[in-house]
Amino acid sequence: MNEALLRSLTPSVLGILVRRGADFAAAEDALQEALVEAVRVWPADMPREPKGWLITVAWRRYLDAARSDTARRRREDLVEEEPAPGPAPGVDDTLQLYFLCAHPALTPSSAVALTLRAVGGLTTRQIAQAYLVPEATMAQRISRAKRTVSGVRFDQPGDVATVLRVLYLVFNEGYSGDVDLAAEAIRLTRQLAASIDHPEVAGLLALMLLHHARRSARTGPDGSLVPLAEQDRGRWDTVMIAEGVAILQAALARDRLGEFQAQAAIAALHADAPTAGETDWVQIVEWYDELVRLTDSPVVRLNRAVAVGEADGPRAGLAALAALDDALPRHTAVAAYLHERDGDLETAARLYAEAARKASNLAERDHLTRRAARLTQLRRTG
Amino acid sequence: MAKYLLLKHYRGAPAAVNDVPMDQWTPEEISAHMRYMQDFADRLEGTGEFVDGQALAPTGTFVRYDGEGRPPVTDGPFAETKDLIAGWMVIDVDSYERAVELAGELSAAPGAGGKPIHEWLELRPFLTAPPTITE
Repeated sequence: MNEALLRSLTPSVLGILVRRGADFAAAEDALQEALVEAVRVWPADMPREPKGWLITVAWRRYLDAARSDTARRRREDLVEEEPAPGPAPGVDDTLQLYFLCAHPALTPSSAVALTLRAVGGLTTRQIAQAYLVPEATMAQRISRAKRTVSGVRFDQPGDVATVLRVLYLVFNEGYSGDVDLAAEAIRLTRQLAASIDHPEVAGLLALMLLHHARRSARTGPDGSLVPLAEQDRGRWDTVMIAEGVAILQAALARDRLGEFQAQAAIAALHADAPTAGETDWVQIVEWYDELVRLTDSPVVRLNRAVAVGEADGPRAGLAALAALDDALPRHTAVAAYLHERDGDLETAARLYAEAARKASNLAERDHLTRRAARLTQLRRTG
Repeated sequence: MAKYLLLKHYRGAPAAVNDVPMDQWTPEEISAHMRYMQDFADRLEGTGEFVDGQALAPTGTFVRYDGEGRPPVTDGPFAETKDLIAGWMVIDVDSYERAVELAGELSAAPGAGGKPIHEWLELRPFLTAPPTITE
């Protein structure tokens, strides 16, 4: 049973149902039922045309549901208009589905859930597990999201930027359950890149690949965070890095820079350094300057201060940091790091402990606590 | 089966025997502590007694309703708050004795010097649904 095949067919099949006139919410339910049926039937009896099979079964389910619906009359008109099943162009429909599921009327969490289900073909249970919420809660979130977008016309062009934000959110989610959200985000971004020619889509795909390539080096055997400078670069996935760099270079060549391309460029410079000491921090600072220009985000300025600290020395980094609001998340952790680099271990240890108290996730809290402990130990032993 | 909440406090519990703040431990002692906590949770999952475990940030906000059409009032965090919860574990066990036994094991997690912390954990039974048969 090829789950990957099934899930890759999901968006285009759904797009076809909606184009035939099915209401999006009902079509999505019908497709979920068809997917369940496929998981049951296909292992013993693989259809020759898996996509056609899914379309036929989902459409039948949709009609069954529509017939038993109270709005029978309106729907029966639709039944009579049923077009002949046949091959339909899939690419455009897939793209429309991305736009719909990332519609600006949806909250970020709703857009994420709907994208994973309607575009990704995940079950509600899988999505609930991935986000550590009860299945009933996730089911409600998805059905509310479907109601929100039910009036949206399917052929309206959407905004690629909203889709990219949703995919970025999926990729960045730290939880790991049954479903590998990072890998799923890459799959969905790859599929999107195949549907639309857009340098920022390529930029996001490159960014994801370049970060994903470092994944196994990012945590120690005990689950603790390993910072970039201390990672075993031999464990980075060089094939994935090469793919990310190639995608990024093709995107940059088109000279329509965006924030994801700039972020990917920074990740590529890290990937390019054989050792942490050989990192081209001067170029990284230049990319952060581009990012500040593109986004004006305080978080970017904070990361820029770290890069400045590496390129021009910790004092310069601290000066850049001084211009920023100290209530920013990770501000204290960055200050601790720059003081450590500057040789002021006492201040650094105090700030690491303070940063640990402010950390928003356990892995980071443990990491910062360990940093504080290590410096305290160093000072004790001289 | 009965559910119990094991509460860990930042403040408000009696002082532990081995009461040294974590940033004063060695990195190895911190790792040993983390491993003990994880092994404990894994073991309870294995015995079918683990329900949930979560950690909380040390600071929060107090919020209350302020009347129709007005935004809620917020206050805090208060530095003088006496009782501050750090996190919890929910267990589902056969008896109070088993819950006490497990809380004791969790309190033995190693701290400074690799010695058990002897931290005080608060054990609170969940209120349950009424039983079907009452007579």
